[in-house]
Amino acid sequence: MRRDRLLAYALIAPSILFLAVIFLIPLGQTIALAFTRHGTFGLANFARMAGDLNFRNAVANTLGLVIVVVPLQLALALGMSMMLRHLKRGRELILWIWSIPLGVSDLAAGLVWLGILTEKGYLNTILYHLGVIHGPVSWLTYETPLALFIGILVAEIWRATAIIFVVLVAGTQLIPAEFEEAASVFGATAWQRFRRVTVPLLRPSIQTALILRTVLAFEAFAVVLAIGGQNFPVLLSQAYLWQDTNQDYGVAAAYAVLIMLITLAATLFYLVALRPRAGEVA
Amino acid sequence: MKERFAIVGSALLLALPLAFGAARAKAQSIGFLSTQLRPVVETTRMRTAILKDFPQKVAFIPTFPEQLLIQATADSKRAKPTLSLFGALHGELEPLVPAGLLAPVDALAPMAKARGVPAGLMALARLGTMHEMYIPWMQATYIMAANRKALPYLPKGADLDHLSYQQLAQWAANITKATGRRMLGFPAGPKGLMPRFFEGYLYPSYTGGVVTTFKSPAAEKMWAFFKGMWKYVNPNSTNYNFMQEPLLSGDVWIAFDHESRLLDALRQKPTDFVAFPAPAGPEGRFYMPVIVGLGIASHAADAAGAAALVKYLLEPKTQLLTLEETGFFPVVRVAMPSNLETGVRLEAAAIQAMQSAPDAKQALLPVGLGKHDGEFGQIYMNTFQRIVLRGQTIGSALAIEAKDLQRIMDAAGAPCWSPDQPSQGVCQVR
Repeated sequence: MRRDRLLAYALIAPSILFLAVIFLIPLGQTIALAFTRHGTFGLANFARMAGDLNFRNAVANTLGLVIVVVPLQLALALGMSMMLRHLKRGRELILWIWSIPLGVSDLAAGLVWLGILTEKGYLNTILYHLGVIHGPVSWLTYETPLALFIGILVAEIWRATAIIFVVLVAGTQLIPAEFEEAASVFGATAWQRFRRVTVPLLRPSIQTALILRTVLAFEAFAVVLAIGGQNFPVLLSQAYLWQDTNQDYGVAAAYAVLIMLITLAATLFYLVALRPRAGEVA
Repeated sequence: MKERFAIVGSALLLALPLAFGAARAKAQSIGFLSTQLRPVVETTRMRTAILKDFPQKVAFIPTFPEQLLIQATADSKRAKPTLSLFGALHGELEPLVPAGLLAPVDALAPMAKARGVPAGLMALARLGTMHEMYIPWMQATYIMAANRKALPYLPKGADLDHLSYQQLAQWAANITKATGRRMLGFPAGPKGLMPRFFEGYLYPSYTGGVVTTFKSPAAEKMWAFFKGMWKYVNPNSTNYNFMQEPLLSGDVWIAFDHESRLLDALRQKPTDFVAFPAPAGPEGRFYMPVIVGLGIASHAADAAGAAALVKYLLEPKTQLLTLEETGFFPVVRVAMPSNLETGVRLEAAAIQAMQSAPDAKQALLPVGLGKHDGEFGQIYMNTFQRIVLRGQTIGSALAIEAKDLQRIMDAAGAPCWSPDQPSQGVCQVR
């Protein structure tokens, strides 16, 4: 028995070591970098970060994007997985089509949407032929922040809803059909079955999907950069600016640490808020 | 055994002439260390095409800018130095002067002047000393380009080669009035070179400086003007990185950018576009030449050979060849041959018109900022964002950014560079 337990640890050890080398050590270095400026320990990098002209915008844009995009995606993914459940034929084909965005790189997705939304893009061409607009209209400038936000939102939803969807589909397949059948025998409506049976049983999957998706949303970068550029600063694009253009690794590291803290907090929130309640099967 | 002898013998036979050849080449070749033409394609073109007709052998050695001072110093301390000539940007040659690594090249100055190197460039080449410390070799710069459709809207009496910023604004306004669209464009995107527009063009043209005059009354006037002009600027400008793209797509009719980032438009549709000098402000027609100079090593192994090489590289025909092979423009007066690619010829004409304009003045790429250069540019972009995009009061925006600017200058320990007057110690915002 004891040997078995040791064996388990021995088998896990390489992966732990691997993560430690390529994740924990750089993480430690980043934190050290964030808290040192000109050789002295302190919060100077964070002060410069907070004093950055676009810091507040970056925080507001990032939070705004997460708050709007994640619930929307969850609702969409739930709907999609429910629809998929009730399909008899062509299920695999639809699953496959809905998962296509997963295979597209962030930047490519951003560029595709840029091609659609730009001044002479596909959207404007269609609107022009429908007579809605009479010439090229810019949607993605600093003068049209709402349209810009919606543009990024649409692109993010298109690109990343599949991440939640795939996790939820896997979850729904684990729910025994008998539960729903029993509920309908007792006269539960479709909505009641969904609300009282499916969603609670799906909670662990929803939790996983939300953690994954929220962390990724806080790290939104390529899509935002492609569509919004500096017109829509987010935390990660500011980190990139300080690293690449300003070559100030300390402030870039401070941004990285801030993003890490926010995602950690979000993860903890989901772990607590969506924990299995008493009497539920986790 | 026999076989082994044969192999060793033939190897020796092969190696001997090679070794002798190398030794002979070493004795005769001129060591030419350059921070420019570093990409392997350009290096090859330099070695095989540009240097082909020079009678002596040249060892052209590309190096990284940060290595120049180290390698030059190390070579000067050798018993037999091998380097004779340095090719580098103005700002990269400057640190070689206090290190005593450059020999004055006054003897070559009359030749350069006679071939038409502008007096302004020759003055810069003194690097703050009494002597010419390098001879300008080749240059790149930022110019303007416009779609021919925009020309009918030029304000009355405006001459494309002698435009003022006021006329540019009026021109853009005329287009907006007539078409309802904002057709002036700037490369203010994340990877665009807009900071150079502020550093080398707008600021010096309006204030005569770039650091010392950062928050001067003239700067306040300049920002007020620029904010007014921005009403006619395509709002997508904050996404543009290379102006050749919006020019080609027709989203923008008039644009400012680095010549290499306009070239595609002029190349693809040479009949649709014109290229012309940057406008002038109250302090003159400032432009930012990216000057590559040739400096002769004070410990030169072959000073006479290096001087001959400088003369050769400044010959009009070599300068044209350099343009064709590398895209760097001549510093001497040359007649552009008719078989030169039209796009390149348009740009060359614009650059010549700009540097020979009576009010032309040079502003340098920032000197001595090192890794702070990006952050320095960010100051001008932040100021632009505050005043033009966010509508903050000009005075307070300048006051805030001036503090940051001074902090960067202090961190870099950089003295003022042209267009600002030379300073004792770190350059100060006044």
